[in-house]
Amino acid sequence: MHRKRLAWSLGLCLLAGASLWVLWVSVQNWLPVSYLPYYLPCPEVLSQYPQPKLLLEHRPTELLTLTPWLAPIVSEGTFDPELLQHIYQPLNLTIGVTVFAMGKYTRFVQRFLESAEKFFMRGYRVHYYVFTHDPAAIPRVPLGPGRHLSVIPTQGHSHWEEISMRRMEAISRHIAGRAHGEVDYLFCLDVDMVFRNPWGPETLGDLVAAIHPGYYAVPRQQFPYERRPVSTAFVADGEGDFYYGGAVFGGQLARLYEFTRGCHMAILADKANGIMAAWQEESHLNRRFISHKPSKVLSPEYLWDDRKPQPPSLKLIRFSTLDKDGGWLRN
Amino acid sequence: MAEQVWTLAGKPNCRLLRPSILLLMALVLVLLGTAVREPDRLQVVTQSRMAYPQPKVLTPSRTDVLVLTPWLAPIVWEGTFNSDILNVQFQLQNTTVGLTVFAIKKYVVFLKLFLETAEKHFMAGHRVIYYVFTDRPDAVPRVALGPGRRLQVLRARPYARWQDVSMRRMQMLSEAAEQRFLREVDYLVCADVDMQFHDHVGVEILSPLFGTLHPAFYGRPREAFTYERRPQSQAHIPWDEGDFYYMGAFFGGSVPEVQRLTKACHQAMLADRANGIEAVWHDESHLNKYLLYHKPTKVLSPEYMWDQQLLGWPSVLRKLRFVAVPKNHQEIRKSESGGQPTGSPEGAGRAGRAAGN
Repeated sequence: MHRKRLAWSLGLCLLAGASLWVLWVSVQNWLPVSYLPYYLPCPEVLSQYPQPKLLLEHRPTELLTLTPWLAPIVSEGTFDPELLQHIYQPLNLTIGVTVFAMGKYTRFVQRFLESAEKFFMRGYRVHYYVFTHDPAAIPRVPLGPGRHLSVIPTQGHSHWEEISMRRMEAISRHIAGRAHGEVDYLFCLDVDMVFRNPWGPETLGDLVAAIHPGYYAVPRQQFPYERRPVSTAFVADGEGDFYYGGAVFGGQLARLYEFTRGCHMAILADKANGIMAAWQEESHLNRRFISHKPSKVLSPEYLWDDRKPQPPSLKLIRFSTLDKDGGWLRN
Repeated sequence: MAEQVWTLAGKPNCRLLRPSILLLMALVLVLLGTAVREPDRLQVVTQSRMAYPQPKVLTPSRTDVLVLTPWLAPIVWEGTFNSDILNVQFQLQNTTVGLTVFAIKKYVVFLKLFLETAEKHFMAGHRVIYYVFTDRPDAVPRVALGPGRRLQVLRARPYARWQDVSMRRMQMLSEAAEQRFLREVDYLVCADVDMQFHDHVGVEILSPLFGTLHPAFYGRPREAFTYERRPQSQAHIPWDEGDFYYMGAFFGGSVPEVQRLTKACHQAMLADRANGIEAVWHDESHLNKYLLYHKPTKVLSPEYMWDQQLLGWPSVLRKLRFVAVPKNHQEIRKSESGGQPTGSPEGAGRAGRAAGN
């Protein structure tokens, strides 16, 4: 009698194990949707744009448009905005933006948000995340439909360098904690900037970086990489593709999480060794982008310095510095 | 129950019970452990330091051809990419590429050259599985394969008409994608068999969905593309639409995307058949319709699909990578019973269309 019951319970265990294994196998075989495909459900647009010309009679743009690892370099003339709109709009995406308004930088939020409402991802759902130590100082800016703002209280620090370095940690924490349920893509932007022209879905990608306006025409030996070998952000002389700006980066949440976490870990390692990289998190960002190459690169149109004269190769400045005197702000 | 088990285990004739129960519990724990393990979909790949020339922002890589489509998909030409960087990126992810090819009836004769040249030029240094669909498994030649590369013969049903042979590939690919490709490879490359590899074809082509520019139409206006123009067909494309004319002989992408494409094309062809119509260029017409609505994430230049006999070697092509093997259409298409060959040229011979215009 006991033996029979034992045999039954053994059989039940085996069945449980087998069904668990079957469940695991079937989970593995689900078609993974790990990226957003290009789908174009509305046919009307197909006859509204000209056929791409394969053989060039003249140079359409003087800029490099593909990196050596086949990531597009986005600039005016390389893409058709209407076509991209028709591709991305039906995907019902939500785009997140993080900005850090610490200390006196809260005064930039108004103009940043107003210009973003005019030019950033028009027609899409957008969620602004404003990290600040002083939520009361964040002005109420009217937002369009489908666009939201959340103020994230953040601990302030006495030195602006410290504030800058803590951003990577804050962003990665934010992605893990909150953003992953709310947005599909996230951009991490500096707040002391203004949108001047349309910034649309041409910027969306798995991992997106922007070329720094001060170094796009300069040989790599002159890039302001961290050059001390003791730092985790160290870049040797013959290394480097572009010098990317720390004021603009972004991507799909999973990739961006890994990226910002990696930067944060590298920053912590440097801190433990009592060293701070030459350009703080920008140095670490550049180090990481060499070994984890971006899937899309934005031309300096998307990160410009208004103090520089606009060269003819850059047709449309979209995001640039707000005219301010930096000296007194850093105190 | 546990007490009963232990008291039972004490009895001489149940001595085997205790270890067998322990074994079973261990087995269940192992299965649980493997089921709970994180599926490693996102692999963080760190590239080691490499030396290569700096890309120059103010100097385009090619000034004679378009290298980016209006939807920001790269058009792959020689000079636009650095193989060293790309190889490292894909090797770090342990990429496995499946190359599918159909050798039905007499077309088995093309396999030897196809496979031998693939061994030299296709995805060198990466894991490759050749999937040879054939109705004559014994006729598949024994070709020496490099390390990390293997060949799988899959049975294919031979259809009487060559048009059906060509079109049913979509059905067989979509079925095989679901049944085996999903588990075995990361990317699929679907190629015609009457071709040979002449130069490097590597990971620069890999992306979620890619098509190849037809060698006869890459410089032509869209009105000259031989799309299916009859509105009754599922493959219909109006005169004022179309980006490129893609060749049916070389396309691919990630397994889920290729599965979607082949399934959609097969279903479209079934719908056409029910309506008593057959698209002018068969599976190629349907492929072009699909890629118009589902824009590819990479486009391959005609370097990846060429016919040197018909089209020479223009200067815009710095390399000829995948080229047609000259063949006698009449001879190869004659049915086994000695009947008449039917229809217009297919395969790489479709490149000859431009010459006739």
